[in-house]
Amino acid sequence: MSEALKIIQDPTLTYKQELLALARLGESTDDTLRYSDAYYEAKRKGALCDLNEGVMPYRPRYICPDYELLFQKGCKFLALDPPRDLLEAVNVLEIFYCHVPSITSFPVYLGDLDKLLEPFVIKEDRAYAKKVLGLFLRNIDRVQTDSFVHADIGPEDSVTGRLLLELTEEMQLAVPNITLKYDPERTSEDFALACVRCMLKTAKPSFANHRMFVREWGERYAIASCYNGLNIAGGGYTLPRMRLYECALDAKSPEDFLQRELPRHIDLQLEYMDKRVKFIVEQSSFFKTNFLVTEGFVKQENFTGMFGVVGLAECCNYLLGIEDKKKGFGMNKEATALGVRIMDAIDARVRAHEAPYCEAYGHRYRLHAQVGIDTDGMDDAPGTRIPIGAEPTMLEQLEVNEIFHPYFPTGTGDIFKFEETWAKTPEAVLPIIQASLERGLRYFSGYLENNDVVRVTGYLVKKSEIEKLRAKKQSLNNVTVFGMGAQDGGHALDRRIQKHA
Amino acid sequence: MPWTAASRSMLKAPVNRIIPFSNVDGPGNRTAVFFQGCPFNCLYCHNPETIHLCQSCGACVKTCPAGALTLGGDGAVHWDSAACVQCDTCIRTCPHDASPKVRWMTVEELMTELRRSMPYIRGISTSGGECTLQNEFLIELFTEVRKLGKTCLIDSNGSFDFEKDPRVLRVSEGVMLDVKAVEKRWSDQLISHPRDTVLKNLDYLLKVGKLYEVRTVILPDRDRENEETVRYVAAHIGDGCFYKIIRYRPFGVRERWQKLLGEFETDRDYAERYAQLARDLGAKKAYVV
Repeated sequence: MSEALKIIQDPTLTYKQELLALARLGESTDDTLRYSDAYYEAKRKGALCDLNEGVMPYRPRYICPDYELLFQKGCKFLALDPPRDLLEAVNVLEIFYCHVPSITSFPVYLGDLDKLLEPFVIKEDRAYAKKVLGLFLRNIDRVQTDSFVHADIGPEDSVTGRLLLELTEEMQLAVPNITLKYDPERTSEDFALACVRCMLKTAKPSFANHRMFVREWGERYAIASCYNGLNIAGGGYTLPRMRLYECALDAKSPEDFLQRELPRHIDLQLEYMDKRVKFIVEQSSFFKTNFLVTEGFVKQENFTGMFGVVGLAECCNYLLGIEDKKKGFGMNKEATALGVRIMDAIDARVRAHEAPYCEAYGHRYRLHAQVGIDTDGMDDAPGTRIPIGAEPTMLEQLEVNEIFHPYFPTGTGDIFKFEETWAKTPEAVLPIIQASLERGLRYFSGYLENNDVVRVTGYLVKKSEIEKLRAKKQSLNNVTVFGMGAQDGGHALDRRIQKHA
Repeated sequence: MPWTAASRSMLKAPVNRIIPFSNVDGPGNRTAVFFQGCPFNCLYCHNPETIHLCQSCGACVKTCPAGALTLGGDGAVHWDSAACVQCDTCIRTCPHDASPKVRWMTVEELMTELRRSMPYIRGISTSGGECTLQNEFLIELFTEVRKLGKTCLIDSNGSFDFEKDPRVLRVSEGVMLDVKAVEKRWSDQLISHPRDTVLKNLDYLLKVGKLYEVRTVILPDRDRENEETVRYVAAHIGDGCFYKIIRYRPFGVRERWQKLLGEFETDRDYAERYAQLARDLGAKKAYVV
């Protein structure tokens, strides 16, 4: 049976999912972009992975439009005037979102919604504003049907922020993903506690280390897709990843890995990124003709390439001959120290590489701890995480995260699953997050064990939607199928539960 | 005086377990330290392996599947925490309601572990077993913890006479006191220990402002016993402290006592009735967990 026929006969795909799968298939028929034999060999071995980005990039992977500009000037191409009230504002956004491309074809960044909408919300009666925002969220959930769609709030408290939290809790939707930009000096204790309460019950918002992101990106940064730090009015061209465990398989020792196999694979991934970035900028029409570019909603120089890694834990354990992962990376000082040496080496080599078309970042790519994909199985844990099933206490897990999170300006994070009693004590959860962010944690996610909406590796799915797919029914959300794969292959929903005793 | 410092560092206490993050042992996130040894022997004890100290009988050495336990030349059972797989076979084997996984720690050794969790917590809570058996140790420990700006709470069964020796209260924010039973015959049967000091502590701690909370376990279908205890506590504490009504859960309870007390947890609605009763009697801060 042909690939196309398989797609159009698959009972679990919605019409739109079929369309996207067919587009991907069509894209794969071209071979304009070629890489070195060594690259293809590393890819074949699973040491390098292109995350199925497609062989012919016709848009950057992640795009973070400048929505403030949209509200100031409107959009000529879409014939939208600047909004004058709340109803117009959400209408403008809903229309605009449908024209923001990405790797998933859905907008991965919806804007800092509280800041954007607050001037309109405070002019309205609270109940009316809540009604409008509720319909706005419903529109996003049913139209932008992909859990990598992401909205930001904070750091300051606001009426809009509060309403979005209330609605998130009431509506229990998987889309959009939400991040609170947390800054201890700007986020009030009360608002942070409201976010903790909402996070435990709905798996969102996550907490981003605002001060850390601002140091790296400046104030105008976005958290997009899973947990990706990027520039507003910019984005990420491409995100391939080194699968570090597979990269290590031919190394004779940790030293051999550090001196030979690691740099070799880093260079191959850089070759892939350089070619792709040049193609997107020079060959594809996006940066020449797309209205987002021509009207200034994004600027090419604000984009960067995201250099991804996964499987640091398994890589270190393999190189040190550690078979029991419960006694390996994260719990074992030697393995963790090797992890630091490996990350230092990756960081230094990527920094030394002059990257094309990354003007805003000193012509450099930025590191990303990739969150894993459904087909990774148990060989490569997301980014630098301790593998599921081997997690130590939350304290020890945070300590390890605090070491590795600073390496990744384009994103990393960890997820903690809490037992029910923690929902009643948000005041016990907040200081854990606060202290860890202060000590180097970049991004914290949590959820309660019995939620329907749960965080898989970085994105959200509904457990009830996974059950639909298992019953060979369709799920509106494109990402549910990844959640099922990660649950089956990576046991992603079985992470250690934080009990009370 | 140098010998004082020396004697300080020598003081050791048997630590059963340290839980770095706990949300149910007092306000905020806290580190809970569980000491080994308890003068009570409560029928519903859910961690009976903390009641006695190891008798060095060596029964657990034979059953340990990981080879983590050895009988040393000193006649004592030694535990290798690195080899241990935490299967708890030793605890099921032990005929003495004890555990071989106990560490005798100095205050400084314990502080070294506690310092790691300090940035994330509001304070520590000591529990057990019965932590007040280690009164001198607690005084030193709390003094050190308070230097770091953190709070110290005592989880106690009330067997220690705080009025007679209030020193530990001076370095502690207060006590979370178990009042398990009030009526004498029922209490004797339930806790195997006189309850007079417990009731005396209830009044004393309240009077000196060091009672953080009282806890009572509500057993399934024991209307009379439950009601007597709740009425007594509620009438005494008023809104002076929290009153935590705990549902009995059979998890961890020794089998023979599960048969007597119940193999199912106390129904939430049933427990809520007692919380309501307590509130009606003036204990405004009564709630069920």
